[in-house]
Amino acid sequence: MKDQTLQIRTSPHLKRPMATNTIMLHVVLSLIPVMAFAVYSFGITALLLITTTTAACVATEYLLNGKERGKQNIKDWSAVLTGVLLALTLPPGFPLWMAFVGGMIAIALGKFVFGGLGQNLFNPALVGRAMLQAAFPVAITTWTETLVNGRFSHIIPSSLTIPFLEPIKADAVSGATPLSAFKFDKVSTEIQDLAFGFTSGSLGETCAFLIVIGGVYLGVRKMLNWRIPVGILGTVATLTTILYLSDPVTYPSPWMMLFSGGLMLGAVYMATDMVSSPLSTIGIWIYSFVIGLLVVLIRIWGGLPEGVMYAILFGNALAPILDKSIPHRIYGMSSKNQNKNRA
Amino acid sequence: MGIYIESFPSSSQEVIEGRAIDLANATAAEILSGIQNAGIVGLGGAAFPTHVKLSIPEGKTCKYLIINGVECEPYLTTDHRVMLEQQEDIFMGLRYLIKALSPQKVYIGIEANKRDAFEKLEQYKPLDLAVEMVLLPVKYPQGAEKMLVTAITGLEVPSGKLPIEVGAVVINVATTAEIGRLLPHGRGIQERVITITGPGIAKKGNYLITIGTPLRFILDQVGAEDIKEVFMGGPMMGVSVSNLDIPITKGTSGIVAFKPQQTLENQAEYACIRCGACLDACPLSLNPSQLGILAKNESYDLMASEHHLLDCFECGSCSYVCPSNIPLVQYFRVSKSIVRKRQAKAKS
Repeated sequence: MKDQTLQIRTSPHLKRPMATNTIMLHVVLSLIPVMAFAVYSFGITALLLITTTTAACVATEYLLNGKERGKQNIKDWSAVLTGVLLALTLPPGFPLWMAFVGGMIAIALGKFVFGGLGQNLFNPALVGRAMLQAAFPVAITTWTETLVNGRFSHIIPSSLTIPFLEPIKADAVSGATPLSAFKFDKVSTEIQDLAFGFTSGSLGETCAFLIVIGGVYLGVRKMLNWRIPVGILGTVATLTTILYLSDPVTYPSPWMMLFSGGLMLGAVYMATDMVSSPLSTIGIWIYSFVIGLLVVLIRIWGGLPEGVMYAILFGNALAPILDKSIPHRIYGMSSKNQNKNRA
Repeated sequence: MGIYIESFPSSSQEVIEGRAIDLANATAAEILSGIQNAGIVGLGGAAFPTHVKLSIPEGKTCKYLIINGVECEPYLTTDHRVMLEQQEDIFMGLRYLIKALSPQKVYIGIEANKRDAFEKLEQYKPLDLAVEMVLLPVKYPQGAEKMLVTAITGLEVPSGKLPIEVGAVVINVATTAEIGRLLPHGRGIQERVITITGPGIAKKGNYLITIGTPLRFILDQVGAEDIKEVFMGGPMMGVSVSNLDIPITKGTSGIVAFKPQQTLENQAEYACIRCGACLDACPLSLNPSQLGILAKNESYDLMASEHHLLDCFECGSCSYVCPSNIPLVQYFRVSKSIVRKRQAKAKS
């Protein structure tokens, strides 16, 4: 046998073919139906909004990390995912310059200050949205009607507001979201409208059905921890069923709670962010339960019609505490010594 | 100028032929010395001297004798072949082991993907031998001693201890067959079954090969073409070779050859995204993610004192699953050797 140059590697010599960039890319891909539906419902305005936040996130990632590292970091697709998710939490007609600021904040304050991907305490997209909600409370709660005529030829005027000026008044009739309609006027929305997205709302929160499909796909491919959406939605469903059965007039139906607002998007795509959720399975269940509980508390007894964002951010803050405080069972350690050795 | 090579005491195992051990009349000590004289070591891959393993420490008793028929790694099928073809030797070896250890229970553990071997052994099992055959789910690294003890007895081997701590002795099935074949005739070990496989090998299979055969000669016989990487052992824990002019040893359980397409080129490493895949994969439920971060910070002592670094037996599952391509087990190997050196220094 002739001499050959042999490659020397340390074991293992095999590798599971699932890399971080592949996972992130698949999450983005699974959101394409949701994005497409948003464009169908709200027209080119939605497309502009998604493009704006994504561009803001990618540009911020690139600039903050420096030229070389920035290039490498963008290949992991996480900045794109943050941009897409942020856009999906915003109302159509949201001024684009504000959305751009939101994208920059998501990456800079949500991720970069903690040390980049893997180090962030909170979901970056939600950090961006929380800042926008605090800074622009009116713009972020101005909703437009869905399926408006001419939505593919005309941009919703408020989108093009010049920075730091009063938003242009919308011509279209502002539509209340199902949750605010119920909260303030006790008007329920038909379940089929909620599930298939024929309601007002943020870009990605109207079509719960497509979000579930994306979630199931990621769950089957093991790119998402199924326990989180199941835990959150299960908690919300159980608690609201109890409330609804006790008083169907005061409390919304469980269907309405599950399929309205940002719950589906939050439970499937936001709370499942691997970086900001707990590591251990017990931790995951507690985390999901707390988020579900907070969603119900804020929506029903809080001052806001929607509480998914704050519930998940609170859950994120809880995650490191859960990781530290849940005893980690290590093989071959007697139970007496177990508690000392936490993850 | 000369070089003085000092051998590690237990690594020297001189083969002494011609002293047959008669099963009926031999004492436990005679069987142990027979095994030592035959030069038998663990053939699963670790090559630990079998007579040392069978010497039960003072104050301990052997309750469970477990014969390991779980292949130690994917790709390898040596144990499988031995179980299909050498039943008589296995049961003869088992008689010697039972006599040497007088265990309360004897098990043979086999994974469910080797049902044919399980049935074959069941069929050839002598009626007077009280052996329980256990069919186990397929799960790497179940062939590791501690994992097998837990899978069969439900007992966990305490951290930092050997299986005898819970009364278990684990012997590989090929080692058992070797004992059964050699001891009655007073012969020494000369050959072993080796799986030769991988995309770079034309005639894949299990071969009975004389110990000491050069690797290059073997690869010529099996038609190795266009190979880029060769490793001895399995794909999870095997060691790459830099040179083909090396001999087969008692511990060589497999030879795997990869073509350039299969070798893992230097893959881009991403940040840890805390996905938890390594925690799920670790058979000891360690926290490889945390250990990896500590290794990068060179906090080796903390890794050992708080995170059980020294329990890691380097199965490689964490590196295999990590989506960010972080070389976790590679870090742990280096960290372990540093910790061991520091501990040895502290002692002296």
